[in-house]
Amino acid sequence: MSAPHIVESTALARPAAEASRASGLWAFLVIVAAMAALPFFASTYTLTLMVPFFALAIALLGFNLLFGYTGLLSFGHAMFLSIGAYSAAVMTSKLGILSFELILLVSIAASVIIAVPVGFLCVRYTRIFFGMLTLAFGMLFHSVLYKFYGITGGDQGMRVLRPLLFGMEFEGGKTAFLTGPFYYYALGLLTALGLLMWRIVRSPFGLHLQAIRENAQKASYLGVEVTRMRLSAYVISGVYGGIGGAILAITIGLADPEIVYWTQSGNLVFMAVLGGSGAFIGPVVGSLAFVLLQDMVMSVTQYWRFVMGAVLILLVVFFPGGLSGIAGGLFTRFKRGS
Amino acid sequence: MSMYVDMILGGVFHAAVVFLVAAGLQLVFGVQKIVNLACGSFYALGAYFGITAVAGAAAMGLPSVVVLPVLLAAGLAIGLIGLPVERLLRTVYRRDESHQLLLTFGLLLVFQDVMRFLWGPTPLTLDNAYLAYGTAEFAGVRVPTYNLLVIAASIAIAAGLGLFLQRTRTGRIIRATAENREMSEGLGVNSNRVFAAVFTVGCMLGTVGGALVVPASAASLEMSVELVVEAFAVVVIGGLGSMRGAMAGALIVGLIRAVAIMVLPEAEILSIYVVVIAVLILRPAGLFGKAMA
Repeated sequence: MSAPHIVESTALARPAAEASRASGLWAFLVIVAAMAALPFFASTYTLTLMVPFFALAIALLGFNLLFGYTGLLSFGHAMFLSIGAYSAAVMTSKLGILSFELILLVSIAASVIIAVPVGFLCVRYTRIFFGMLTLAFGMLFHSVLYKFYGITGGDQGMRVLRPLLFGMEFEGGKTAFLTGPFYYYALGLLTALGLLMWRIVRSPFGLHLQAIRENAQKASYLGVEVTRMRLSAYVISGVYGGIGGAILAITIGLADPEIVYWTQSGNLVFMAVLGGSGAFIGPVVGSLAFVLLQDMVMSVTQYWRFVMGAVLILLVVFFPGGLSGIAGGLFTRFKRGS
Repeated sequence: MSMYVDMILGGVFHAAVVFLVAAGLQLVFGVQKIVNLACGSFYALGAYFGITAVAGAAAMGLPSVVVLPVLLAAGLAIGLIGLPVERLLRTVYRRDESHQLLLTFGLLLVFQDVMRFLWGPTPLTLDNAYLAYGTAEFAGVRVPTYNLLVIAASIAIAAGLGLFLQRTRTGRIIRATAENREMSEGLGVNSNRVFAAVFTVGCMLGTVGGALVVPASAASLEMSVELVVEAFAVVVIGGLGSMRGAMAGALIVGLIRAVAIMVLPEAEILSIYVVVIAVLILRPAGLFGKAMA
């Protein structure tokens, strides 16, 4: 192929070259298939790690629509995780509604209701100002959840009860539920939402977003409604975040304000860059690598922050394209060599 | 009446400390165009190192009146850590903002565990030093003299920094480099040295701020991540890159917190973000910021 260095050489590996390639879809399907086969040979412990991965991967697919494709870096995206998580908590433990389908619908509705006004205010800005405004909204959310003890349970959080899937109740312990029916349910959601995202980024709408990222002024001359497109991207990414948050809360069994602290938003950006924000598959790879790495490091040392921080620094300095950037580089080298 | 004086003095003391950290953030953003999330780590590092230094001074048998100069010296000394950190940041100067933010976020995580390793997970305090200076009568209220000294020190640092940047030759070179790096390099400025010096001074502002606060509040591992958002709030309200803005922003944040604690404690932090969001919506460049594209 010509221009083999594009992915490697630009500072932020640009999706333009990657996004339209079918390899992203294949890589996604391979990971999904591997995850579907995993319960047949992996330990229960590994499976309990995978459900948070599905949740984070969904949230990050949405995050990357905003970050990788539209060029807007949100530093408060954990807000949507908390919207999903607290929706699940209010539905199950306050209202006694256990249907997971209804929980998802409420999470989506709540995300849209919050994302539209917040996004309306935020997308007027770009670059560092967008990041700071989203950070401020995220922390606003955190302090509401943290301080208004009577409604939200304060720092204790709210319990999230086990939901019904398709109206069915499941016997057995919590682990059996999470690694059995809920595992496949969450994987199914990831698959469906991943395929939907694949359609979104390749649709005219997705191409508009990429045009906005490359040159917003030029895009607007060509008739792209920049603000409306950015707002749509923000709302869609918020909905993905809300769904991810609902799944995450059920695996944890608790919704607490920690989920929306700004360092959690920082971790989301970390995962996106770890996987490579320039590739469609990047968010999925990044969240998987992050979950596995964090679990491994935490089991070895109490100084896991040090290790994660050092990994992040090395990554940013030496491999800004992330894991998929490294893989892409190796792939093109291999192709040239043969 | 005295209640209000008390409240205002508390707010101004808090503002004096936050201003130092925010000034460091502004200086680095103004010159290097990097938003440094690790400024919170410098603050915490100054606090821990200050406690160690005061303990060392006490062990040497020095009287407790030297607490303030010892803390200042400790803050300046540990601020030299800015030099190696700047070497690391140099790799991302011409990169995307997300990478700069993430690199400093990584530094924040690393520093947090380095401090956990060196000083342990439990918060450290320095309470007896607080009383070394006694209390003073101010507008009918008894306040710790130490607080007034810190407010005075912060004002002096602000004035000194302003004079340095506006009136001295080095200050002009720094401002020229901030304005246009290529052009000033063409005129013979060694911009690498300017960047290293500016970052170190920015770092020192943070560490001194942290060192000065320990007699009044504990040094803890959480203080770094907590202060980052507050310093962010200050620079957003005041305007990114503006020193006058940092001062106004710090005063606004300090006073709002002081009022909120008295009127509606639940809204202490909330009220700050409400102001931040209001400023960003009504005047995105901040109160003193330059209009940006």
